[in-house]
Amino acid sequence: MWSAGLFVLLGAVVLTSAALGPVRIDVVTVAMAMLNAVVIPVGVTSSSASLPVFGVSVPTPGLEYATVFSFDVPVTHQIIVKDIRLPRITLAATVGLSLGAAGTVMQGFFRNPLADPSIIGVSSGAAAGAVAAIVFPGLIPFGSLHVPAFLGALATAFLVYAIATEGGRTPVATLLLAGVAIQTFLGAMISYMLVHSGDSLQQAVYWMMGHLNNSQWGDVGFALPITLAGVLALCAFRQELNVLLLGEEDAHHLGVEVERTKLLLLVLASIVTAAGVAVAGVIGFVGLVVPHIMRLIVGPDHRILLPTSALAGASFLVATDTLARTGPAVVPVGIITAALGAPFFLFLLSRREVRSV
Amino acid sequence: MTEPGQSPETADSDLESDEQSRPDPATISVEDCALSFGELSVLEDVSLTIEPGEFVGFVGPNGAGKTTLLRTISAALEPDSGTVAIDGTDVHDLSSRASSRLVSVVPQNTSISFSFPVRDVVEMGRHPHRSRFSSATPEDHAVVERALERTRTAELADRPIDEVSGGQRQRVVLARAIAQATPVMLLDEPTASLDVNHQVETLELVRELVDEGRTVIAAIHDLDLAARYCDRLVLLSDGTVARDGPPATVLTGDALADSFDANAVVTQNPVTGTETVTALADAHEPEPASRPDQVHVLGTGAAAAGVIARLAAAGIDMTLGPVSSGDAAAETARSLGVEAIETEPFARLAPEDRATAETLVREADVTVLADLVLGASTQPLLDTLETADGLVAIETRPLSERDFAGTDARARYNACCERAVDATLEGLLEAVADATVGGSSSRQSVDSIDAND
Repeated sequence: MWSAGLFVLLGAVVLTSAALGPVRIDVVTVAMAMLNAVVIPVGVTSSSASLPVFGVSVPTPGLEYATVFSFDVPVTHQIIVKDIRLPRITLAATVGLSLGAAGTVMQGFFRNPLADPSIIGVSSGAAAGAVAAIVFPGLIPFGSLHVPAFLGALATAFLVYAIATEGGRTPVATLLLAGVAIQTFLGAMISYMLVHSGDSLQQAVYWMMGHLNNSQWGDVGFALPITLAGVLALCAFRQELNVLLLGEEDAHHLGVEVERTKLLLLVLASIVTAAGVAVAGVIGFVGLVVPHIMRLIVGPDHRILLPTSALAGASFLVATDTLARTGPAVVPVGIITAALGAPFFLFLLSRREVRSV
Repeated sequence: MTEPGQSPETADSDLESDEQSRPDPATISVEDCALSFGELSVLEDVSLTIEPGEFVGFVGPNGAGKTTLLRTISAALEPDSGTVAIDGTDVHDLSSRASSRLVSVVPQNTSISFSFPVRDVVEMGRHPHRSRFSSATPEDHAVVERALERTRTAELADRPIDEVSGGQRQRVVLARAIAQATPVMLLDEPTASLDVNHQVETLELVRELVDEGRTVIAAIHDLDLAARYCDRLVLLSDGTVARDGPPATVLTGDALADSFDANAVVTQNPVTGTETVTALADAHEPEPASRPDQVHVLGTGAAAAGVIARLAAAGIDMTLGPVSSGDAAAETARSLGVEAIETEPFARLAPEDRATAETLVREADVTVLADLVLGASTQPLLDTLETADGLVAIETRPLSERDFAGTDARARYNACCERAVDATLEGLLEAVADATVGGSSSRQSVDSIDAND
């Protein structure tokens, strides 16, 4: 029920957002333009189009598409909506979805209100990967920054997990501390690379601020499938997440394979976060604040909290990114989320409404 | 995914849930289990077999290994050597899911810091019976509601778990275990934070669950409650099984002295008829310089009962009487196996009883007068008391309440008390020692004892 409501909210936010920008387009036109962009596959062609998968071009059979609707929309508006605004909005929704879901999972997993999607160093790893690719373009031969950022994020999560695991057990406290240590170390590496970055300093710093500028459908093609698959897989664990809140020993006695579940949750949450961070850079606070707000509204039950936090994260990031691109000066959305999120979080804290998980 | 809401309780669903929560009984066998935390050995070669439908209490001093043994049986801890098997299957080979359908656990520490409604917490007990994608079935709801009712937490069902009291939370966790509907239940101090009423209520409920066919093991701190509800007690001491058997054979003064290093008296509780344990201080006090071979106790009520218990704990032989058979002192003497001359209340003293009592007083090194009632049955003994050596007097109730005799008898009794060493229950052993040495000592020593107290 909550989820349905948030779906509607997300739709409304997306529509509104697509209507806003340097060229004002009314909502109806936007809706028509969007529907015009809807295509369905009607046949398979043997085209040589290729899909970049982890930087390797894999030949795929092409699909032939047909448009479903053909409303009368000015061509300029159609192009603005379909090729400029929608990719960015969809990407914002995707990243928000990933951060909202991963943040909820991490807070539940660590039973710690301070946990966020990057608590085991995923963001730092992504930043290190991306900055390395920007600063030493010759060393890391990937076309886009997505892949090095994504791989850096996953490598870091794996490293933290491996360090914290001993004898088949991974105590969450050790995981947390290992995450902090690795983040600090990666922070030093990033600073070192920035010092030696020369001309690419601005690009690297801008990436790290977290932004969705110049988003392409290709970015969406990278992040959306991973995020959707990851979030759906996480939703399959919503009962386990509830039971894990009782503590690991109780969870074991209630039929949860604790260590295996923890590993799967960490892997899935890290992949989802990595996908978001890889395309958008480090966008702070969404993954921390949105789950807290949703917990206040819908309660701690992950069966409801997880999907609603994911959808709310998506709406929140689309809305803040709209502010970021339509404001007097175009700023990275990471600045907006932190600038709005932090005071709101403090407000909740002052009313003592934010409790432990 | 919405809040399940109160499912209507029909007679059918009630029946169904009862069927559900009545699992096949299971045997637990622990073989040569040893476990150490680093250097510290916590369990040493523990072997136990627990039969289906037994209610076994683990008792023992702090650090004896009760919780560790429970956690080993629940598979939360893996023993360094030895095996734990339920119905022949090693619990450590079971998946969490399989073991959670077999064993439910009520842990000691049930701090929960998030605000799930109580009903949702109890519903988590159904997790082992549910697949990943299915939500709660009507049957699940029925079992949950039944568990809430049985633990008397139904009225808390919609309250957030972090806003109920510690004792209520403990009952909610018990409800969760009941909803789990397992043949084996392991309870770690299920009554630790409960008030006296809920302690009894909870153990009555556990007893019911046992009678339905569950096998239950509970670590219980309170020896009296353990004796009252368990079929069998396992007394653990330094990681080994010190005693194992029915409460009456496990809770003995000797066993408790060894395991708890305490000076304890086991008596029958007059209300429940089960063993009740009273720990006394002074376990380590040096033996008094002289101890009497034989003490006779003459008196009534709590004072005489206290005297008997303390003398028994100190290992001093004694006799009692005459005392009316319903008196607390008579009960205590009976449960401790102390020879007593029992009479009908308010009856005249039979000649043979009088002769026995006079012999006992004369043969005793010390005679303790503990709230002696001056009446038909005791008045004839004043002759003997007047000539007896080694008198100790303990008076907790004013004489006027105990005096059913004439002024003459009162005067003679007071004269006896004049010669006696005056003492309190706490100073009893010293006073008895004093009386043994000094025979009829003066009041001087009395003051020194009082000053010492």
